Amino acid sequence: MSLESATTVPLFTEFPFEWNYIRSIIVVSLYVSVAAVALSTLCSLPVALAVGFTDFRGKGLLTSIINTGMGFPSVVVGLAVLFTVSNEGPLGSLELVFTREAMIMSQFVLAAPVVTGVSLAAVSSVEQNVRDAAYAMGGTRLDVALVTIKEARYGIATAVLAGFGRAISEVGSVLIVGGNIASADGTSKTRTLTTAIQLEAQRGRFETAMILGVVLLAIVLVVNGIVVRLGSDGGGYR
Amino acid sequence: MTIQRREFVAALAAGGAAGLAGCSTLTGDDSGDAGISGKTLTLTTTTSTYNTGLLDELNAPFEDRYGVSVDAVSQGTGQALKTARNGDSDVVMVHARSLEDEFMEEGYGVNRRDLMYNDFVVIGGPDDPAGIGGSDDVTEAFTAIADSESSFVSRGDDSGTHTKELEIWDETGLNVNEFGEWYQEAGQGMGDVINMATQQGSYTLSDRGTYLDMQDEVDLEIHVQGPIEGGPELLANPYGIVAVNPAVHDNVEYDLAMAYIGFITSPEGQDLIENYTANGEQLFYPEALSEEPNFQQYVPEGWSADSTGNSSDSSDE
Repeated sequence: MSLESATTVPLFTEFPFEWNYIRSIIVVSLYVSVAAVALSTLCSLPVALAVGFTDFRGKGLLTSIINTGMGFPSVVVGLAVLFTVSNEGPLGSLELVFTREAMIMSQFVLAAPVVTGVSLAAVSSVEQNVRDAAYAMGGTRLDVALVTIKEARYGIATAVLAGFGRAISEVGSVLIVGGNIASADGTSKTRTLTTAIQLEAQRGRFETAMILGVVLLAIVLVVNGIVVRLGSDGGGYR
Repeated sequence: MTIQRREFVAALAAGGAAGLAGCSTLTGDDSGDAGISGKTLTLTTTTSTYNTGLLDELNAPFEDRYGVSVDAVSQGTGQALKTARNGDSDVVMVHARSLEDEFMEEGYGVNRRDLMYNDFVVIGGPDDPAGIGGSDDVTEAFTAIADSESSFVSRGDDSGTHTKELEIWDETGLNVNEFGEWYQEAGQGMGDVINMATQQGSYTLSDRGTYLDMQDEVDLEIHVQGPIEGGPELLANPYGIVAVNPAVHDNVEYDLAMAYIGFITSPEGQDLIENYTANGEQLFYPEALSEEPNFQQYVPEGWSADSTGNSSDSSDE
């Protein structure tokens, strides 16, 4: 790792890190966030559909709880996950502390309410008569669910994106449960873009932190672009 | 490099002997260094060793030699010891002897070794509003800062540096809890605190290593030197390394931890520490190699079980 500061050197003429280092950080960031959001989506969509389709006592309360979860402080989630996976905690025997799996767990807890809440709003906004029509045409519950998902797909894509945005830009909990570990050979084990930015800023190397920040923004932008593209293919509901 | 290997075994033997003080029950799965290849050592350490880049320098050759990997987690000394207490790390490298002793006395650590030292310095903006520049009495300097109510940033995070800072305030006889707004507790790492002090032109207590590493990027000067540059002994900053007791947490990689301790306290490890520089200046001074045995390093200072006359004149305290 170079100790030369970038202050006197114009940006990019002397890139302040090893390419391997930055690439491994990107890989870890994407691996953790994508895995967490994929798991969140798998769990959240059925919940959103179930809640969106049915009327029951306490529906408003449940919706409020989900919406509250969207704003849950990430460091609190990090602490809770740390207590769970620590050697002293209930999952201690799995030795998950300071691993990517622990980071995925905390990102899952953070992203799931976001994905659930936003998809629930999307599902609820699908016209009741669309669902009625699907039933009227002899559809099963599954058919109706599929029709609703199709109608609400843009909203659901937004939900997944919001969850991804929450996961990849989050720093508090991954720092606590992941430990911001990079090997001596300059590759990341549990270091993400956000925790690397935090570390570089702590070391006073703001140029380096800024460059990592630009990389992070670029990733979010690209992922957004891809999902918007997928969502708009085939026209239909916007 | 068979010589290194032998030194490691010797260190392990020495460690084992010292271990009699704490515990001697290795959870006998595998003995010696035969079974450590491919394993991962979790090291919790302070921000000062980590942020200065020293650890990369030490860990890479260790990883190569033993075919293992080292996961270094940088926390404050208090947090690092807490993580070790929970059995979430295998070895801790920290710099607050009182907290290390507590850790040992409560049975969580074994085989503590003195590792290296550097010192603390009082840094602040170039205008030096409290007029402490060049003082060789840090207690007086702190008193002057408090009297002039000049802005001061405290780590406030139970780190080794924070522990030392409170020790100095204690020496002045002033009560930190009664300080006004000029005294700010950041609750953050050394680097963050140095950045804060730069923004506000505040004083702060820093370890020399972190300050030297960041010197070019900040607008702060050393006002009170530590013992390395002839300053008071009170500003000495010794680092120790402690293995987590496998009798308390049987999941810890004790053999690997002892291999690591053996390596970084060996002549090779100590050379790496001595030769590590930032901005052309040496950051840490090796302390593990000694002509005379210093048994007191293995056990808490003033420990009652030590009945052998207790001449605790350790090299820099």
